Amino acid sequence: MNKILVCVGTSGVSAGAEKVADNFERLIRKSKLDFRVIRVGDRGLFRDVLVDIIIDDERVTYEFVTPEDVENIIQSHIIEKEPVKKLLAGDDYKDFFKTQQRIVLANCGEIDPEDINEYIKTDGYKALEKALSMKSKQIIEEMKSSGLRGRGGAGFSTGLKWQFAHDAKGDEKYIICNADEGDPGAFMDRSILEGDPHALIEGMVIGAYAIGATHGYIYCRAEYPLAIKRLNIAMDQARKKKFLGKKILGSNFDFDVVIKEGAGAFVCGEETALMASIEGKRGMPNPRPPFPAQKGLWGKPSNINNVETFANVRHIILNGADWFSSIGYKKSKGTKVFALAGKIKNTGLVEVPMGTKIRDILEGNGGGVLDKKIPIKAVQLGGPSGGCVPEELFDTPIDYESISETGAIMGSGGMVVMDQKTCMVDVARYFLSFTVAESCGKCVPCRIGLKRMYEVLEIITEGNGTQEHLDFLKEMSDTILKTALCGLGNTAPNPVLTTMKYYFDEYESHIKDHKCPAAVCTNLIKFEIIKDKCIKCGRCFKACPVDAIDWKKKEYPVLHKNKCIKCKSCINACPVMAIE
Amino acid sequence: MSIDTNKIQKIVDKYKGKKGTLIPLMQEIQKAFGYVPKDAINLIAKTMDMYPAEIYGVLTFYTQFYITPRGKHTIKVCQGTACHVMGGKEILDYLSDKLSIKDGETTKDGSFSLERVACLGCCGMAPVVQVDDDFYGNCTIQMMDEMLEKYKKEGK
Repeated sequence: MNKILVCVGTSGVSAGAEKVADNFERLIRKSKLDFRVIRVGDRGLFRDVLVDIIIDDERVTYEFVTPEDVENIIQSHIIEKEPVKKLLAGDDYKDFFKTQQRIVLANCGEIDPEDINEYIKTDGYKALEKALSMKSKQIIEEMKSSGLRGRGGAGFSTGLKWQFAHDAKGDEKYIICNADEGDPGAFMDRSILEGDPHALIEGMVIGAYAIGATHGYIYCRAEYPLAIKRLNIAMDQARKKKFLGKKILGSNFDFDVVIKEGAGAFVCGEETALMASIEGKRGMPNPRPPFPAQKGLWGKPSNINNVETFANVRHIILNGADWFSSIGYKKSKGTKVFALAGKIKNTGLVEVPMGTKIRDILEGNGGGVLDKKIPIKAVQLGGPSGGCVPEELFDTPIDYESISETGAIMGSGGMVVMDQKTCMVDVARYFLSFTVAESCGKCVPCRIGLKRMYEVLEIITEGNGTQEHLDFLKEMSDTILKTALCGLGNTAPNPVLTTMKYYFDEYESHIKDHKCPAAVCTNLIKFEIIKDKCIKCGRCFKACPVDAIDWKKKEYPVLHKNKCIKCKSCINACPVMAIE
Repeated sequence: MSIDTNKIQKIVDKYKGKKGTLIPLMQEIQKAFGYVPKDAINLIAKTMDMYPAEIYGVLTFYTQFYITPRGKHTIKVCQGTACHVMGGKEILDYLSDKLSIKDGETTKDGSFSLERVACLGCCGMAPVVQVDDDFYGNCTIQMMDEMLEKYKKEGK
């Protein structure tokens, strides 16, 4: 059958995807054409709205489609068989997908996430069928030898984790999915939840069967309303088809899942804090041991995995551990989804085999730096727990161990690109402002130590720093790393440590020269136009929201400081960094 | 403004005797009132046999909960990493200046509440601003005045 796919993820919806889909439906009906309009999830590339027209297996992709374009596409492409050239997805679209190996994301942007039959057509729930014919120990062995490691950050063996929960004694066990994607700069879990919710459910049911759990929780961010809506629809459909609920697929195995909406606390990504939150308490972590596998939710053995981890499970069960471990690099098997964002041309989700070099992702999938005149400086990996990897290390292969060697972490796969217009001291300050706000306050190193570090970074970015402040940052980082209670605290200094390691000169110029080389720290900017650099393009003039800049063609702009509100719109707009 | 305590009680009763339901309970109250009124704390404490301090502790721990009434429109300015790098902080500063409120506050006329959020998960459109259920991507300071005007007009 002929199909029209419209990507309606969160980003698609914000660009008017629902209206695009509505228009297609209306006009297809009106013209009595034989097409099915399918609303698919996010494909992971921000070129909204993406639309595919599939006629007899021949597929044409359009990008940046607006509701107004629909009529034209139908008339020209479908009726006159003449594709609309100006909307065809270009080379950037092709480059973005070229080297990807999509396993976890295979269905995202391809199937209707609200229709279980579409999922079943992609061998959906076949892995569950197979798993139910296996012994739980066999499943765990298969998971162990596949080499799958937790995709949420720490990279612990999933099979081993299941083994611990399986071996723990208890009549009641819980399996929990951590869908509280809190790392700023990571959005792969949202795309999976919105685009392929059944993959997560299938993975959870298999996991529950393997460890012997009868109840499951999906702890999902309340900030993801579309994800929650689609999960609920998927769960209802799965129950009707006996993939969830009592006597799953006619076996003696009972299992059901409920969604718990998070209430906005980053620390709830930590296992013990997450469980406290499900219990209705403040989301504060507890010391381990006891580990959740022994004493978790409501004091019962519990197992927590992340969304991407669960989404891998069905592929491992169906295709075997050998197949899975043949993909990847050294001790990191399979693929990993990265959320590429920041100063890069193509932003979105990239799924590549482990071991791919950072550079290949940035230049291959990402299409290189956003503004060709402003070179790339670093890439931030792993969010607030991670670090900045400088350009000279871009040939590092991406696997858990190699990334750790740089001082960053794999984390959940956030990859934010920074260019010469990004101040690394400000980046460190930014991450600490985040961890300070999100610290739960239970342990002193995190509650007070991070706050002190943040204050010192404020002093430095305001231009009042001294050498002693730098020594203090190092010493305090070291103390917090060793003494904080949970993963939030004892990784929080990483952004400071990596920026100090690779960009010490930037710290020094803030302190010694009272200059912010990237022109980010407002206090250190003079708001002067450097005539040697200025190309008289007038972009600063156009960007200024308060008319503080005068400019005439072929002349230097003039900045009136009495009107200037120091919003830095001009600096952001300047293509040659001529305002300092 | 007086609060309809019967309405709160009805919600609370639904959760009576169920373990671990404090958060969904308060989420439901917030959905009904736009925030969690002080009266609710005592009602919950009585019905659920908990200390008010315990409830207040949970209430103030999570950023999702409000203990004061919200403005007609809530503006969330994303401060995720990508948004930060792309100028999200400047946008927050500008809006804060323009509306004469800090993040977390509501304008005197009750039309706007301003919030900073950690990450809205659409980093490809950074910097991102969310007003109620609408997302605005690739924001510039210049776009903000127009955006505010749009909601001001709707408000009338």
